[in-house]
Amino acid sequence: MSAEQDSSTESFESLEAHAYQLEVRRNLLLSTPALIVLFCAASGPLLIMLVFSFLTPGDYGGIKWQFSTEAWFQVAFYRDIFDETVSIADAHLSIFWRSVKLSFLTTLVAFVLGFPTAYFIATRSPETRNLWLFLVTIPFWTNLLIRTFAILEIIRNQGLVNNVLIALGVIDQPLDMLYTDIAILLGMTYVYIPLMILPIYASMERFDFQLVEAAYDLYATRWRVLVRVIVPLVKPGVIAGSILVFVPSLGAYVTPRVLGGGKHLMIGNLIELQFGQGRNWPLGAALSLSLLVIVMVALIFYVRSAQKEGGAHGH
Amino acid sequence: MSDDVAVEARGVSKIFGASTDQEVRALDHVSVSIAQNEFFTLLGPSGCGKTTLLRLIAGFEHPTDGAILLEGKDISALPPFQRPVNTVFQNYALFPHMTVAQNIGFGLEMQGQSKDEVANTVGAMLVLVKMENLKNRRIDQISGGQQQRVALARALAPRPKVLLLDEPLSALDLKLRKEMQVELKRLQHETGITFIFVTHDQEEALTMSDRVAVMNEGRILQVGAPHEIYNRPNDRFVADFIGDTNFMPAEVIEHDESEVRIRLPSGIEITIPAPPGLPQGSEVTLAIRPEQARIVTDADAISIQGSLTDEIYIGTDTQYRVDIGMTSPFVVRVQNANGERARIPLGSRVGIAVDPRTIQILQD
Repeated sequence: MSAEQDSSTESFESLEAHAYQLEVRRNLLLSTPALIVLFCAASGPLLIMLVFSFLTPGDYGGIKWQFSTEAWFQVAFYRDIFDETVSIADAHLSIFWRSVKLSFLTTLVAFVLGFPTAYFIATRSPETRNLWLFLVTIPFWTNLLIRTFAILEIIRNQGLVNNVLIALGVIDQPLDMLYTDIAILLGMTYVYIPLMILPIYASMERFDFQLVEAAYDLYATRWRVLVRVIVPLVKPGVIAGSILVFVPSLGAYVTPRVLGGGKHLMIGNLIELQFGQGRNWPLGAALSLSLLVIVMVALIFYVRSAQKEGGAHGH
Repeated sequence: MSDDVAVEARGVSKIFGASTDQEVRALDHVSVSIAQNEFFTLLGPSGCGKTTLLRLIAGFEHPTDGAILLEGKDISALPPFQRPVNTVFQNYALFPHMTVAQNIGFGLEMQGQSKDEVANTVGAMLVLVKMENLKNRRIDQISGGQQQRVALARALAPRPKVLLLDEPLSALDLKLRKEMQVELKRLQHETGITFIFVTHDQEEALTMSDRVAVMNEGRILQVGAPHEIYNRPNDRFVADFIGDTNFMPAEVIEHDESEVRIRLPSGIEITIPAPPGLPQGSEVTLAIRPEQARIVTDADAISIQGSLTDEIYIGTDTQYRVDIGMTSPFVVRVQNANGERARIPLGSRVGIAVDPRTIQILQD
């Protein structure tokens, strides 16, 4: 009797397990296309990079299938060709530092200019709002390279700005703006500022502007309304915008190439150099992965601190 | 002006979209003065300018013409954060990123009070609105009625000279609304602050206010105590907007010092007590409240006659509609005595008896 009962529960359990297996198989089947895309477009290339970074460079580019940690060593250290002495690769480090610094400044400038712009658009009437948004997105319609050369035209020694300033008698000699960090900063801010404006605008559009009146009514000055009410409530948009500007700035290639004139390299240019003239693919791969790590660490810190600050408001 | 005037509007006009083709005159030379410690209500249909007047007092808008005075001082040019006036908004406008206590303390903090002072006042306010045990909740974690209390506490905490309330009860259900009406009266009593209350609900206005201003199309039509507004409306709009009213055209035949002889459309003449000032032969409108008329089955002895078309039972009262040969029927409301009502067959000829002293004469 009891044995019979046992066998029936057992068979029920195995039935259940079978149904579960079927479901797992079906789910796997359904998610296959997404998994293929993810592998081919994201994980696959990353894996290839990881493997390449542990190989030996080929004589004319490419790689030799020979394990080596030399590439990772070269990211931070420099080995003299003749006497094999080891020193810190300060050229690489200064390029990394310039990239982080310029990306941070780009994000900051984009925020300082983009926040009021988003506020302006969000406070227009609904009919005119779309026109302003349209104007913000227009630059996306033109190729990045062309837009960057347009900036070059404007700031070069015989360019628009210098010509106007000389014609007005403000200066005698043209200002050297091109091929400086400032030129790169200007170019990157111009290219990425829509990515700051749009998420902040999206947050502000949902913002209840009656809260501004309420704070205003409760003795808050204009500045305090901004700091205590508007900024905390549109913070998700500010975080999204900052990430969207900071990450591509860090990996920027065209802008520092054109406006930095090859003298002021950023990480993107350094990586390109390894796959091109440098003929050191493993080092290029190791540099790329280093960039990835920098971005991820920066993001984790940023989101953590933003959350902490957001949480502090909550009690 | 005497010392006990809290707020005064002097010939205030507000034009929106001036110098465009969509010019809207929201307020048209409005003058009113509101006494200290008064529960004053601005009553009118939507778009009558009542909220605009409130926003002018708060400082969110500035008058196109005229001046707003607070305790005798012109505050028309001051921004909202420099006016000792606080507002309870229709949808409360509580700060969603702050707790109940932080919301209530916001105004005090902005005034630069110390942490201890803020905490003390917030504590007292939480007790006043009976929210002590919810002080650490976020705004989206409390009910609509509780949000209402927080909004009140937040606006009262800095002890403003005047509290402005912009239809604060309209989002609540009926039962909660009745509770909050009592609550608001209590708060006004306990704090001794002047309340200016905006509503389109005439019942709310009559039950809560010390005085009511009835507004329409950017103007104040009548200001007075609720019973004055109800019993002695001086304007057809006021009589129509507040409670139900029967209107009847009439012509002035004779006028002496205390009485006026009037001819009804049916040709019958009646005498009504009225103050002097109605020229002979002028067209007037008589306003008669449904509950001040009676149905009389012996029709011949009565001046106003007609046939009974409808009899509607509404619990405490019965409403009779009588066709007296005008476009709309004459409505009579009779209280049901002992739960019973007199049954009158529909279509029968009835008379409508009215005490002449309760008839209001409106000049068109």
